[in-house]
Amino acid sequence: MNHLISIDDLDRAGIERILDRAESFAEVSGRDIKKVPALRGRTIVNLFYEASTRTSSSFELAAKRLSADVVSIRSAGSSVDKGESLRDTVQTLSAYDPAAIVIRSPYAGAAQLVARWTDAAVINAGDGKHEHPTQALLDVFTLRQRLGSLEDLNIWIVGDVLHSRVARSDILAFQRMGASVTVCGPPTLLPRGIEALGCAASPTLDGISEADVIYVLRMQHERMQESFVPSLREYAERYQIGLGRLQPNQLLMHPGPVNRGVELSADAIDSPQALIGQQVKAGVAVRMAVLYELLAGRPAAHMAVAA
Amino acid sequence: MSPNTVVLDRDGMRRTLVRIAHEIVEKNPPGEPGQIAIVGIQRRGAVLARRLHTLTSELIEPTVPLGFVDISFYRDDLRLRDPSNAAPVVHATQLDFPVDGRAIVIVDDVLYTGRTVRAAIDEIFDFGRPARVQLAVLVDRGHRELPIRPDYVGKNLPTAQDQRVNVRVEEIDGFEEVTIGPAAEPRRQAA
Amino acid sequence: MTRTMFQRTDLPQADLLIRAAHVLDPRTDLDEPRDILIRDGHIAELASPGTLTAPQNATTIDATGKHAFPAFVDPHVHLRTPGQEYKENLDTGTAAAAAGGFCAVIAMPNTDPVVDDVSVLRSLVEAAGRQARVPTGFLASITLGLRGQELTEMAALRDAGALGFTDDGKPVTSAGMLRKALQYQRLCGGVIALHEEDPALSGVGVMHEGPVSARLGMAGIPSLSESTMVARDAALALYEDARVHVQHLSCVESVEALAAARAQGARVSGEATPHHLTMTEDMIRTLDSRFKMNPPLRAQSDRRALIDALRSGVIECIATDHAPHARHEKEVPFEQAPMGTTGLETAFPALFTELVMPGELELEVIIERMTAGGALYGLPIPRIAPDEPANLTLIDLGTQFEVGAAGYASRSANCCFHGRTLYGQVELTVAAGRLAFQASALTKQRLGAV
Repeated sequence: MNHLISIDDLDRAGIERILDRAESFAEVSGRDIKKVPALRGRTIVNLFYEASTRTSSSFELAAKRLSADVVSIRSAGSSVDKGESLRDTVQTLSAYDPAAIVIRSPYAGAAQLVARWTDAAVINAGDGKHEHPTQALLDVFTLRQRLGSLEDLNIWIVGDVLHSRVARSDILAFQRMGASVTVCGPPTLLPRGIEALGCAASPTLDGISEADVIYVLRMQHERMQESFVPSLREYAERYQIGLGRLQPNQLLMHPGPVNRGVELSADAIDSPQALIGQQVKAGVAVRMAVLYELLAGRPAAHMAVAA
Repeated sequence: MSPNTVVLDRDGMRRTLVRIAHEIVEKNPPGEPGQIAIVGIQRRGAVLARRLHTLTSELIEPTVPLGFVDISFYRDDLRLRDPSNAAPVVHATQLDFPVDGRAIVIVDDVLYTGRTVRAAIDEIFDFGRPARVQLAVLVDRGHRELPIRPDYVGKNLPTAQDQRVNVRVEEIDGFEEVTIGPAAEPRRQAA
Repeated sequence: MTRTMFQRTDLPQADLLIRAAHVLDPRTDLDEPRDILIRDGHIAELASPGTLTAPQNATTIDATGKHAFPAFVDPHVHLRTPGQEYKENLDTGTAAAAAGGFCAVIAMPNTDPVVDDVSVLRSLVEAAGRQARVPTGFLASITLGLRGQELTEMAALRDAGALGFTDDGKPVTSAGMLRKALQYQRLCGGVIALHEEDPALSGVGVMHEGPVSARLGMAGIPSLSESTMVARDAALALYEDARVHVQHLSCVESVEALAAARAQGARVSGEATPHHLTMTEDMIRTLDSRFKMNPPLRAQSDRRALIDALRSGVIECIATDHAPHARHEKEVPFEQAPMGTTGLETAFPALFTELVMPGELELEVIIERMTAGGALYGLPIPRIAPDEPANLTLIDLGTQFEVGAAGYASRSANCCFHGRTLYGQVELTVAAGRLAFQASALTKQRLGAV
């Protein structure tokens, strides 16, 4: 595997293998010395055109725990802001001979383009509203740790699906692992034709009591201004997941950061049914596994491959 | 193609391990700085370590701690091995006891270039500071590429580079046997 | 009568003997091998192959195994002049036209400055006289600066040579504004061509709204955005008895609206592009910005409707909407890239390979529709018949070539067919009696050629 651009780059066996390896890396994260020398001396560049604390620090830590050298470039204050094109930025970075480039961009297809312009392994940390494959992997990992398998699980993804790359990657990943998925949200925020991805779609929460897992998406305030929903109050009334709506056996997930009181009530966030903390923890181990999968077994351009 | 030659059968393996267990206990009298612990290298070294652990526990009190290390992340040849070809071993590294001040006995099935043992030592040192480290192997086939020497050897087996030593254990392969035969694939960086 | 087509005057009138080409001109019922003698830029004689001898100063071209068609007319190209010559200029744009078998093109006014004023048009006309390799006509804009607020001096622009008017690139959003333009047309004449899009529905869309946009998470442009405007503008045209041409149709709903309006007697014509006729939204799964156009590539059902409408004549002509963009502009994430594809050099090969060869459309229909665009603006139709001005193109239908392997005559390389293997490479084009293009050995890079 050369890059991780989309969840479609991985078949079920590939996902299982990465998650098995993530378990080993979870063990490493439990040690005092949370490092292994696997990627020692390799350079990993994090190119983040979108603000993000969660994902960027997770990738940074993953790279460092594999003993790699990390360069993090955030768009604020960089040459990017001064109008340097994505292509020129990637070409400048090639001077560091990076083994991998992790890219997050507000535009779909950015990771794919970067892969055309570099010999490094490219990891998509979120491209526009298209995909966020490592998030999907850590979501599957979290469920696997908790339930053993996703086979035959009934998973509901609730919220602003239209603008969610997490939803798109999760729909594909959950189904690949044997679960069935229903997306649910205000009709203005459910993409027309989303069923083509294999999931069901519902404009109301009716039937959610049948779900084993409820995956809640962040509801951004901007959507109110753009008239996708008339008001916060109406959204919360119709779609907020609180302990009142949650069955005792249902698990709750969220990609973070949570808008308390909007898509999730405070009591739901803090309940033992919520796996949000485990998701964050899983993030580093899963990203270590992805980096390992792409970079171990990948000689530098100048190295001859031994027999 | 010459067939594999059996150098140790089930009974031979058992007797060899019993002897090694006695040697370990003899060389590490109680009271010497550092109580011993046994650490097996995944995967077959771990199987043998478990057996040595049982055997040594019959000989001394208190029970010797048992641990395992998976050296995948410490190998020196990572760039040459495609991870998608190797299925990861889950829960592979388990060192649930404090390493500081211990006499660690590393256990592996075959000692060859010494690189695997080097990786295992590096990994163990990431967990703490042992008082000393010893090495027990079922077979020493020569061709060292690093200054690594075993403290306990089951059998010395001079081999050619184009040969392969196969250790089979019940827990993984379903039968017990050590054989020597032609190499199955082009030589890679080996143990 | 005011001149409306402009080109270089220094090119000599052709004296050519084309031997044994298979001549196909649906309008003259000709479909057999012929020798064609061109003297002083006119078709002097058509005769059985091998019976004509070349006059002293004429060049002989052996066209055995090749086809001769009336040269094509493209009523919708962007030549990016003035102001964006880094993408294309009058020389390279008309070179691309000639290399695609076209003998005439009509250029859109969404340039910098916009062609909304007689002075801009005059300087363009003058530039065409120095640079255009094939006759080039110009549309002026309907509103000043394409802002949709004030009418241009339509009568003066017609006097200065404008063939018609369009705000192409943008729709005329205000029905009231369009109505005034349609009324004013009674004074000044000229066709009013319309880019049909409702910005309130297209919004920030970058591709067709459907299952592919749902998968890719990119904002979609529903077909409704176009068809509702087609219906509105056709109704206005009927009410004002105006002459209107609907540009780059892309969906079944628009075809239906066009057909319905015509049935009621509206004087509305329509065009479709080679890319809409041969590609669908599935190409965008690659996220390659070569496939980002406005209107966008849509569903298979839309493509089928366009093909049927082309066959039946509801859509009268092919127009490429040739839209060059520089490499650095297109080599960015899909959502950031400008919309448009070049099309002049690949129009015929693409339509021939993807529609004629698989049997979806007859070659005669393609030739008719490729030559009909000028007539919609009052220009004469190219014909292969004695005494006609020589407007013909020689094409090799038998050998395949890789698009873009030998570069492009256009200044820009943003071709949606890039890298494809197509049949029907243009060998020679005579436009308005002048030899405008002849393929050299260098430009004839082919795959598996004999």
